[in-house]
Amino acid sequence: MIEPQRSRAVIASRLLLALAVMASIAPLLLVLINAFKSHADIVQNPLALPHSLSAANFIAAWSGGNFSTGLVNSVLLTGTTVVVTVVAATLAAFPLARRRIAIWKLVSVYFLCSVTVPIQLFLFPLYFVYARLGLVGNVFATGVVIAAINLPLAILLLRTYVLTIPRELDDAALMDGASPWQIFRYVMVPLMKPGCVTVAVIVALNAWNEFLITSTFQQGDAGFTMTLGYRAMAGVMAADRGIMMAGACIVIVPIIVFFLLMQRLFVEGMTAGAVKG
Amino acid sequence: MTQAATHAVDEHWSYYLFVLPALLLSGAVILVPALLTLILAFTDWDGVSRPLWVGWDNFRDFLADTTFWRAIFNNVKWTVIFLTIPMAIALIVASLLQTRRRSYGVYQMIFLLPYVLSPIANASIWSNMIFDQISGVVGHINKHLFPLRDPLGHVSSALYAVAAVDIWHFWGYLAVVFFAAMRQVPADQLEAAYLEGANGWQVFRHITLPNIMPTIALMFVMVTIFSFLTFDYVYLMTGGGPAHATELLSTLAYGFAFRSFEVGKAAAVALFMSLFGLVAACVYVWMSRESLKR
Repeated sequence: MIEPQRSRAVIASRLLLALAVMASIAPLLLVLINAFKSHADIVQNPLALPHSLSAANFIAAWSGGNFSTGLVNSVLLTGTTVVVTVVAATLAAFPLARRRIAIWKLVSVYFLCSVTVPIQLFLFPLYFVYARLGLVGNVFATGVVIAAINLPLAILLLRTYVLTIPRELDDAALMDGASPWQIFRYVMVPLMKPGCVTVAVIVALNAWNEFLITSTFQQGDAGFTMTLGYRAMAGVMAADRGIMMAGACIVIVPIIVFFLLMQRLFVEGMTAGAVKG
Repeated sequence: MTQAATHAVDEHWSYYLFVLPALLLSGAVILVPALLTLILAFTDWDGVSRPLWVGWDNFRDFLADTTFWRAIFNNVKWTVIFLTIPMAIALIVASLLQTRRRSYGVYQMIFLLPYVLSPIANASIWSNMIFDQISGVVGHINKHLFPLRDPLGHVSSALYAVAAVDIWHFWGYLAVVFFAAMRQVPADQLEAAYLEGANGWQVFRHITLPNIMPTIALMFVMVTIFSFLTFDYVYLMTGGGPAHATELLSTLAYGFAFRSFEVGKAAAVALFMSLFGLVAACVYVWMSRESLKR
């Protein structure tokens, strides 16, 4: 038998959770329903359901936001960041976690500190150097900057993966005369792969969503990423909220699909640094 | 092989090569430009011509500048808001999730949705569909139910409105982190407490909370650090306005550099931000010492 007090507590907790769910998704549902409506219909009532599921807003938004260019740039920028970050972090995490270099502590503290550095502390000189070198608008060059920002997080995460690999494995390889590179390549990398995938997923999302660096360095239509294209479109097409919301749909749906597919890795990577396992 | 020989191989010079790419990357993008900023803070520079050394002038100007003090005050307000509201929501929701043994994964996924979306999209959604006087829900209520104004357009409410959007986007992350920490609480402790007749609140207060304290403390430091770095939502939704009501140190620095091309002043503000961050950074490094020892 369930006590009445207990069941009341259960109902209250269910209600609170339902409220949290509504708060999280209601604004996103507003985007979805208004993406199919005309501006006049939205002004009439933003909460009403659309009359029909016409794709007109989406077609106008796709060309208005210049999303064909944006998609290519976003993929190239994100790809650059992920490759650079994962390679540099995987290499660095191995000797740092195994304390194979005398200055491991100094290097680790340096990377910990760089997590807390405001982007504005290095943005201005970097921007004017990039401008002088003609690198402003170059997605690869911008991807490298975002890689440097993601590096500390990636190293700290991969370090915890190295720590789960038994030290006996690389000590045995060492005894057998393997070089440091051979130990890394044939013992560590195969075992670090799951960690690398987790880091890649998190870094990819960070790079795709990054705003401050990307908007500063990717200037001019040709350099716009998907989100920057959407922002530029918002300046021009603000008068038609239906097209704006269709544009928002185009920008957020790929991220949501990616997140749902990679959800487990994402949660794992996010909580690994914050919770002692 | 002797102990000494093992040690010699252990510290083979080539291990330094593994750390080199990461150090070069971070050095070129972060460390060297940061040191340049340190110097630029004492100059007058428009980004193109030769920087002019002006000593402490930039800092002296700030002391007399009300916008600068407003920005610091707003950063402090922002920190206080973020250390209380999202923390409380996340702790409550995470502890409620503990009762959902099978469906917690679905809840986690939904709470994380706003967190994984880009700030540009989130800011636009809230500005256009919620706050807007013409097309937003707030405007709709204003027209048909009761008077309600766009909170972004008014000095007294703009900062809170932007903070609300940022909290909407951020709290799910905290909830998921706290929930992960709660799942590490030893089950026998919880069972023992319930067998002794403790109620939900008592179990939370005396078992769960002490167990997840290290995680809460770490998040406290992280939120403090990020509150001083925060930029995206404010810049996207209000640009620091109206009348500097939402100006933060980060938006102030950005405006100096790219709107009025006073890079020296921008550098000085950035330096000031970093000093605030440095205190939090020391605490962060100190707290991470345990994990470095492993």
